[in-house]
Formats: sequence, C-alpha cells, structure tokens
Amino acid sequence: MSFLSYLISGISLGSVYAIIALGYTMVYGIAKMLNFAHGDIIMVGGYMVFIVVSTMGMPPAAGILTAVVVCTLLGVTVERIAYKPLRGASPLAVLITAIGVSYLLQNLALLLWGADTKAFTSVVAIEPLRLAEGQLMITGETIVTITTCIVVMVTLTAFINKTKTGQAMLAVSEDKGAATLMGINVNRTIAITFAIGSALAAVAGVLLCSAYPSLTPYTGAMPGIKAFVAAVFGGIGSIPGAMIGGILLGVIENLSKAYISSQLSDAIVFSVLIIVLLVRPTGIMGKKISEKV
Amino acid sequence: MKNKRSIKDLLKGSGVTYGMVILAYVLVEIALKTGNISSLMQGLLVPLCIYSILAVSLNLVVGISGELSLGHAGFMCVGAFSGALFSKALKGMINPTVSLIIAIIIGAAVAAVFGILIGIPVLRLRGDYLAIVTLAFGEIIKNIINAIYLGVDSSGIHFSMKSEVALKLDAEGTVLIKGAQGITGTPQASTFTIGVILLLITLFIVINLVNSRTGRAIMAIRDNRIAAESIGLPITKYKLLAFTVSAALAGVAGVLYAHNLTTLAALPKNFGYNQSIMILVFVVLGGIGNVRGSVIAAVVLTLLPELLRGLNNYRMLIYAIVLIAMMLFNSSPKAIELRERFADSFKKKTAKKEVA
Repeated sequence: MSFLSYLISGISLGSVYAIIALGYTMVYGIAKMLNFAHGDIIMVGGYMVFIVVSTMGMPPAAGILTAVVVCTLLGVTVERIAYKPLRGASPLAVLITAIGVSYLLQNLALLLWGADTKAFTSVVAIEPLRLAEGQLMITGETIVTITTCIVVMVTLTAFINKTKTGQAMLAVSEDKGAATLMGINVNRTIAITFAIGSALAAVAGVLLCSAYPSLTPYTGAMPGIKAFVAAVFGGIGSIPGAMIGGILLGVIENLSKAYISSQLSDAIVFSVLIIVLLVRPTGIMGKKISEKV
Repeated sequence: MKNKRSIKDLLKGSGVTYGMVILAYVLVEIALKTGNISSLMQGLLVPLCIYSILAVSLNLVVGISGELSLGHAGFMCVGAFSGALFSKALKGMINPTVSLIIAIIIGAAVAAVFGILIGIPVLRLRGDYLAIVTLAFGEIIKNIINAIYLGVDSSGIHFSMKSEVALKLDAEGTVLIKGAQGITGTPQASTFTIGVILLLITLFIVINLVNSRTGRAIMAIRDNRIAAESIGLPITKYKLLAFTVSAALAGVAGVLYAHNLTTLAALPKNFGYNQSIMILVFVVLGGIGNVRGSVIAAVVLTLLPELLRGLNNYRMLIYAIVLIAMMLFNSSPKAIELRERFADSFKKKTAKKEVA
C-alpha cells in the first residue's frame, strides 16, 4: 500500500512538472530558446494567489484568475521587451538575457514581498479520498493536480491540432521563414506561445504551492530546472514528451526519496536523465535530426 | 622576419592580457601598502582571481570548443573538496604554502579526472542537450558531496553516505567531511599574490593552447565539425582535451576558493547551477572566445554588486537590469545595426576633417 501511495504522490508531483515542462517545450519548439525565467513566472503566480486569497480574503477562484492573467501579461511583456529584440541573435545571447530576466523577477519579488517564507493556504477544498479501508489516502490536492494535468494536456493537443493558431504554431516551429511566406504572423504566434506557456506556469504555481505550502522568491527556481530536465527527458519540443517526461521525473523523484535516500533523490533524477540521453540523445519522444553536409 | 612578427603579435594579443593582470596586481599592491583599500575590497581580491580563472577556463569550452557547459561549478566543487581534504588531513604537518601548492595540484588532477569521466559520455551530445547534461552532472556532484561523511581514526579511514554516527569512529577519531556541513577548519592559505600567479598560469595555459596546433584543431571542429572530421581530425580527442583542461583549471579555482574560507560546504549558492550560470555570464559578456574579455567581465561583474552595495536591496535588481540591457545592446541585431551606422557617420566626419 505504501508503494501505491508513494506512486500516486509521485504522479501528482510529476503532473506539476509536466505542466511547467509544457511551457518550456512549447517556447523551445517555437522560439528555439531556453526560457530560464519560466520557473520564476511560477513563483509570481504563487504570490498572486497568496495576495488575493490570504491577504485580501477573496475566494480562491479570483486568486487563480488573477494569477493566470498577471502571469500571461508578464510572459508577453518579457517576451516583447527582452526576447523579441534578440530574434536572430546567437542562442547564447538569448540564454543569458533569459537568465537576466530570471534574476530580475526574483529580486523584484524579494523587494515587493520580502525574503521571508509565506505560508500558503491551499486553494483546494476537496476532502481526501480514502481507499482500502483508510490505508490509502489520496489528498484533494493530488486529485486536482492530476485532473488539471489531464485537462491541460487534452485541451492543448486539441488546440494545436484543430485551431488555426495551433497550426500556425506548428508551422513556425517547423520553419520560420516558410511560415512567414505562408502569411503567418510569426511575431504574433511567438507572443501567443509565451502567453500560453506563462498561463500554464501560473496554474502550475498554484498547484505547486497548494501541495508544498511555502512560498519564497526562489520557490520557482528548482521546480523550473526540474521541469526543464523533464522537457529534455521527454524530447524538447514535443508536447506528449513533456507530459511523459514530467510524470516519469516526479515518480522517480518520489520513489527514490522514499526507498533510497531523500538526500540523493536529485542526484538520482539527474542520473536517470543522463542515462536516457546517452541511449536516446534527443529524449524519449524527440525527433532524430539528420545533419546535412 | 618571422621572429619580429611573433613579437608584434605578442604585444598585440596576449602580451596586453598578461600586462593588464600584472599592472592591476602592482596597483593593488601599492594601494594595499599605502592603506588605500577598504577591508571590503581586500576581501574581494581573492574571489576576483577565482572568478577570473573560472571565466577563462570556461571560455575554453564555450568559446574555443563551442560547447555550452552549465556544470562548471561542479568541477570547481570537486577541486575545492579534494584540495581542502588534503590540507585538512595534513594541517600543521607541513608549511601552509607548500601544502596549498600540493592541494592545488591534487585539486586540478581530481577535477581533470572528473572532466574525462564526464566528458566521455557528455561530448557525444550536442547543443542544448549537452548544456542540460552538464548542468545535471554539476548538480549530481554537489548532491553527492552533500551526502558524504568521511572520518579517520587509528584503524584507518571510515566512509559513509548516511550520517556521522554511521562512521563508527574511535574516541580519538576526527571527522574530515561532515555531510552537508562540509569541511571545517581548512587553513586559510589563499592570498592575492597566489591568486594572481594562478591566474597568470591559467592565462598562459589557455592562450598557448589556443595558439597551438591543437587549439586550431579545436576551433576547426567548432566551426565545422564535419569538415574537420573529413580531414581526419579526431573529434572526440580534441573536444575531450579542451573539456579536461577546462575542468582542471576550474579545480584550481576551487582549491583557491576552499582555502579562502574556514568552512567549505557545497551549497546551491557556491557550487550550484546558479554559480555555473554566473561564470557563463562572465564569458558571454566578456566576449565568447575572448580570453581578455573574460577576465575583464569577471572583475567588473564581481565588483558591480559590491559597488552598488549602498543601494542595499536594489543592487541585485540593478545588476539584473544592467545584464539585460548589456545583452540587448551587444547582441540585438537592431542595436548592432544602429551602432554600425553611428560608427560609419563618425568615420566619415573624421575623414572629412582630415581632408580639410
């Protein structure tokens, strides 16, 4: 029974990673950049909910809505100011700028909300589910997280495959130049991608802080890196890959915490990533790119 | 004729770099003797050397070899711990300076071994995948060191990955590495002079490597891997060489770091991926592949937060804004175009004046 409960909480943690990884992978697929500031958008989402719900006493739904709106605007603004001028510059320059944005968001949060840890009240009000005569307890947060993850996955897949904007995203990720020639507004498509990615980061922030209720300006950094690892694990640029990578990562992390060593769990997660990449150099679902001479 | 040109080249290129470092050293020493340096600045002198060494060594991988590595702090960590372990084990038995020199050699050697071990699998990957795997290795190293307990007593060396008690030491036994608390009581043997000497050695190694046949081979591989392979250059050998030399130099910086503090612990702050990114920022802002630029960027960016200290909480915020602004100014295609146009009009003006 304990194995099953570790597994379920692992899937729950993995679902959060998966939602964050989706943002990473979409931005990478389309703008070909590693958005290091993605993790900090999660933190901003967490603070928004904290302010609206805990400080102002409004209902959780209002908090989540605020978080999503603020993060979406923030993502689009960051893209417009910091990343758009660098289109066509070397990937390394974009990477460093993204790191700069990450520092900026962390220090802005530090100034606005202080360095002390905020106790986050969970936005989930569902009773825990007790199975097998109370031996197996699934918390409300777990149920909500896994459900959200499935909903996000299904909606996103439908959005990309069925709508015109989604098709435009696929086209831009395949070939920017050709997409421009086909009359696709590349800049707008990239902005939409950032908007979706940041909105997902806000959702992930709410779920993460509900499950692990402590909030600091650095809350987003480590989950951000882990989700990045998850995205690479699954094959960066691939949406189902991000999903599989995220959930696998969460499960591996939780099981190694439970059965091997809680101190070494990060090392184990990263070792698995390395082994996967050595066997499949572009991740589980990644496309194999053949090189032209 | 040939000799003449090489002297000229030396003056134009690397000579300036060495001269710059030596001049800075002399100026600082004069200021120290006359008491014109605040204690805050004195505390920064060794870190300046450490970060310069790290930036120059990372530039070898990122700039010369063209691979994005995000795990440089991991090698620094390995070097720091192996060096500090040696110094702690032999503390008081030999002269601290001799001990530091041996520790530096040990740190460099151990970091080089890790460089080879990590480089063999990692260098098969490319681009962002390589970046994330080096980041992963850096985190693994930090994580494992945080779980190591090592002690010594009359019956020999005890090792554990669990806790201090699990070492089962005698009453007289001493704990050398205490898990997350790291190594305490390392002799503080690092000085500014030693730091500058090590920086000069690092510069000498990197500049000579770049200007050698090997360096040209490494750069050829960076510019066009397939073309380089087709003329028979052993790709893996050269990439691994650059990676290992870079790791060894990071190890040297690590030993210097360890001997600048009394307590050495592997924290996210000093050996985490944030530190690796910080070093990468030095390299990119200094100019990728430009060794002198790395040193200047490392010095300026290490001093910048300290100079902004008066602004208290705003300093890291300003640092972030400066970083973004510099990147936009340096790399944005529009800004480059604007700068070129400005430079052109300036040239025209001066040309006209000359004619007049």
